[in-house]
Amino acid sequence: MKKLVFAVIVLMTPFLAMASGDHVLENSNVDPADQASLQKGARTFVHYCLNCHSASYMRYNQIARDLGLTEEEVMKNLMFAANKIVEPMNVAMPAAEAKKWFGTVPPDLSVITRARGSDWVYTYLKSFYLDPSKPTGVNNLIFKDVGMPHVLWELQGYPEPVFANSGHGGEKAVTGIKVTAPGKQTAAQYDETVHDLVNFMSYVGEPSKLTRARLGPWVMIFLAVFALLAYLLKKEYWRDVH
Amino acid sequence: MAKAPIEKYTTGLAGWFDARFPLSTLWEGHMVQYYAPKNFNNWYFFGSLAILVLVIQVVTGIFLTMNYKPDANLAFGSVEYIMRDVNWGWLIRYLHSTGASSFFIVVYLHMFRGLMYGSYRKPRELIWLIGMVVYVGLMAEAFMGYLLPWGQMSFWGAQVITSLFGAIPFIGESLSLWLRGDFVIADATLNRFFALHVAALPMVILGLVFLHIVALHEVGSNNPDGIEIKKNLDEHGRPKDGVPFHPYYSIKDIFGAAVFMFIFAGVVFFWPEFGGWFLEPDNFSPANPMKTPEHILPVWYFTPFYAILRAVPDKFLGVVAMGSAIAMLFLLPWLDQSPVKSIRYKGIISKVALAIFAVSFVSLGWLGTRPATPVLTNFARLFAVLYFAFFLLMPIYSKIDKTEPVPERVT
Repeated sequence: MKKLVFAVIVLMTPFLAMASGDHVLENSNVDPADQASLQKGARTFVHYCLNCHSASYMRYNQIARDLGLTEEEVMKNLMFAANKIVEPMNVAMPAAEAKKWFGTVPPDLSVITRARGSDWVYTYLKSFYLDPSKPTGVNNLIFKDVGMPHVLWELQGYPEPVFANSGHGGEKAVTGIKVTAPGKQTAAQYDETVHDLVNFMSYVGEPSKLTRARLGPWVMIFLAVFALLAYLLKKEYWRDVH
Repeated sequence: MAKAPIEKYTTGLAGWFDARFPLSTLWEGHMVQYYAPKNFNNWYFFGSLAILVLVIQVVTGIFLTMNYKPDANLAFGSVEYIMRDVNWGWLIRYLHSTGASSFFIVVYLHMFRGLMYGSYRKPRELIWLIGMVVYVGLMAEAFMGYLLPWGQMSFWGAQVITSLFGAIPFIGESLSLWLRGDFVIADATLNRFFALHVAALPMVILGLVFLHIVALHEVGSNNPDGIEIKKNLDEHGRPKDGVPFHPYYSIKDIFGAAVFMFIFAGVVFFWPEFGGWFLEPDNFSPANPMKTPEHILPVWYFTPFYAILRAVPDKFLGVVAMGSAIAMLFLLPWLDQSPVKSIRYKGIISKVALAIFAVSFVSLGWLGTRPATPVLTNFARLFAVLYFAFFLLMPIYSKIDKTEPVPERVT
């Protein structure tokens, strides 16, 4: 314990080189106002993510409200893991079992885009590649040896790794991916699916984002007018000074 | 100051109160007949703005307390509950988180104003000292408040800071154990930090701010020229260079508050994370005692002192250096030996010294947010030395520095 600070300081040194510098993140272009995209993303989310990952701070009825859907539509199309519309997006899988199966409990995704950034999640979902040495059969370019399988493989297809010789005695480094056996979607369609999904996850990270962006300008206009009036009043009072 | 006696109200509700409460004495003595120098510049907004931010923090804090749960299992979720399920909870929370950083921005500028114009000099040493205690109290308040969201950075930041006390010889280990109430940051720590954050420290800060103003109103404000306006009185005993605080500065401060709120609202509504400086990304991951984050960094307002801590190779001496960096500010009234107060009439050495200090403080703040690579650590050492040199050499350079004549009246 006593050496903790010092250890932290010493340990931080090599991270400068590691800190996400070796991989450029792609732009996720999230747009909380694009309701069609959010709805498509929500569908992908409940079908592919919500089986293992929860989003336990997000309630279904709020999704209905914010995504322009009726509660019936949400219950019919998005609610497979809950009974009541006011329930949060929990997951049935017990944490202890999950740890046994994946080596780690899949993290709650409520605020993952705020912790990792939307661009990171977007790039991550596009960076799986086949790696026979892993129990899941896949690895990830920006999250090495991740315990998560490539859940979206049936959409993307088989992403083969592209190697480049790193120069360290013939050791090969994976620098990119190339889809050899296409899935149900073309590359462009897959990009859009991931974009919609990340857009939805970004919304889930902060459902109030649209509200504050809508309210903000009015508050600013009020304060600007108020500041102007206060300035004119101040000037009037100070006219007789000097 | 020979002032005309304050006339008491005799009629109406004001008269009723004045017979039972020093209403006219307070209002007249501290507002209408309290004279402030007429030459305040923009630097003089930050005192009233600090009070404004304090009020924002107290009010939003009370509302946050209604839904926050100081429990290691519930804290993180209760913050998200506030952000989603509480009506206007997101606004209250962003006002509070933006308020925390704003408090330090405003207070740092307020302190720098004092540094520039010699506001800590006689007879205002006590105002400065009380203000410094407020500042230290504010740091404690911010540090404990930062634990409450129970994110990764909350947890590990608190872990690092409390373990610093462990560096103190003999009593250190027991002291940090006593502070945390456990061997690591845990539920017990969260509960006590909550108590200190919402009850104990706010009371201390409010009380000290009151004393800060009482002391200020006893001696009156300094001004950019560093002249005592009470030395030039008119036939009524009023300072010739002063204007009544109300309405002149009350309206001016309202204008300042409006401009501040405009900027503040801009951050709250459009950029609440402020690029990770006000709300750090790592703090959106729940605290996990088993997983140390790659970078453990304090929030930006602590980083100048954190950089000084890391610049010293020995842990205990690092803690001493960090403590001394804050202690230096307390000594300022006695370190400054210049015959003039304001930087306007000080010589080139003092001006350069103040510039070096400002650059060092900001640079240390930036370095404190970077990983401590050997190169950056050497820079941190350089700026730490300059930081201390500003204070320790002040008795010498402030004395030998060539000053300019101070005018009789404010300019």
